[in-house]
Amino acid sequence: MVRKVIEASEAVALGVKLSRPAVIPMYPITPQTHIVERLAEYINDGELDTKMLHVESEHSAMSAAVGAQATGVRSFTATASQGLALMNEILFIASGMRLPITMAVANRALAAPINIWNDHSDSFSVRDAGWIQYYVESAQEALDTAIQAFMVAEDHSVLLPAMVCLDGFTLTHVYEPVDIPSQEEVDKVLKPYKAVHAFLDPDNPITQGAIGFPNAFMDLKKDQHDALLNAKNVIKESNWIFAEKFGRGYGDGLVEPYMMEDAEYAVVALGSVCGTIRVVVDELRKKGKKVGMLKIRVFRPFPEEQIVEHTKGLKGLGIIDKEVSFGQEGTVYSEIRSALYDKDLTINGFIAGLGGRDITPDHIRKVFDSLDAEKRTEWLF
Amino acid sequence: MKKEMPTGGVIVDPGSTVRNKTGDWRTFKPVWDKEKCKQCMICWQFCPDDSIPLDENGKRVETDLDFCKGCGICAKECPFGAIKMVREEK
Repeated sequence: MVRKVIEASEAVALGVKLSRPAVIPMYPITPQTHIVERLAEYINDGELDTKMLHVESEHSAMSAAVGAQATGVRSFTATASQGLALMNEILFIASGMRLPITMAVANRALAAPINIWNDHSDSFSVRDAGWIQYYVESAQEALDTAIQAFMVAEDHSVLLPAMVCLDGFTLTHVYEPVDIPSQEEVDKVLKPYKAVHAFLDPDNPITQGAIGFPNAFMDLKKDQHDALLNAKNVIKESNWIFAEKFGRGYGDGLVEPYMMEDAEYAVVALGSVCGTIRVVVDELRKKGKKVGMLKIRVFRPFPEEQIVEHTKGLKGLGIIDKEVSFGQEGTVYSEIRSALYDKDLTINGFIAGLGGRDITPDHIRKVFDSLDAEKRTEWLF
Repeated sequence: MKKEMPTGGVIVDPGSTVRNKTGDWRTFKPVWDKEKCKQCMICWQFCPDDSIPLDENGKRVETDLDFCKGCGICAKECPFGAIKMVREEK
């Protein structure tokens, strides 16, 4: 293990390099480009034995990842925003064919108006694509999660693709000290990929991606749904393995509580804004206020049980959404209200940080100050 | 009752489409007039479902109605009017 100050994009690239995928289809898009640039450098420098494919679009990148993974090898790609939108139809094919592809998403707003900065509208627009969705807070977590995503996706009880979402610029382009495990250490926790149902073997021919008639389609979808729920245990397990081997864990793997034990008021959020919330929680705690934060690390599968457990005894809960379901409200807010529908708890939603708008400690203080009265959704400009 | 399914809908026994009798989809069926047929093989070339079988001498025989979807291309292409599409009686 070595410790270096690196960009979070490089941390993802290192996590991927240590996971040794066989094929990486690449198409650049801001703010993701540094991830595939680093991977291309590792390949060029002979540090990574991987087939790099230059493709002509993100639709092709995901199609190539599906094709590669269907031959029975590990594949990875990365994208953001409009790129993820262009991949849309193939995302559903990857999960439906149960291909455990791993992808980094450098979260960026969706146009129009065109905007290259961070929010969660891109990955939330594919919430229902059947992929595992991790949201990471730091460069270290980005590296660790890149490796864990392969561990979880490829588990035989899961066999589903996984997205590692990291905030564009506010995390991708930030330099932080990162512990980088050695190849030997990673080889102990991540075994080589061995395809069990989807492979290319001329002596044992199979058909993948065949038509699913009405007498089969629904049964296959139930299996897919159950597999995504199975991922909860494997996510916890891989987080525990990392805690044991490397001394780093992120809550139980699905959610990470901060100062929640005796908290009366708490804020729920995903991704890099959790760092800002921690600072405000510390500051308010010093003033004697019983406040905490619950970070959702995995949004799909949705950690409903953990949310119910950690919010017990709270008086007020605020949910920060960096996206909005137009015509309704923030998506995390909707889902948490649904999880807590029978609890006597004031829950308010806050739309913040769209298109790279700063979320400042003042915003977070304002959220903590407005958790007593029910007011549903507020926009933090 | 939910059925047991292979992961990802993978089909492990190749050639399984022969069990899927697509002839059920037909509304009109081709009726072949042996007397008018000159064995020019144009229908055989055009059939998108490979449903016009050949005998050991390479001559066409009766349409394979297990797989013919009744598209009517053979009737349209036949230069001798030897194939007519008639409504399927079921």
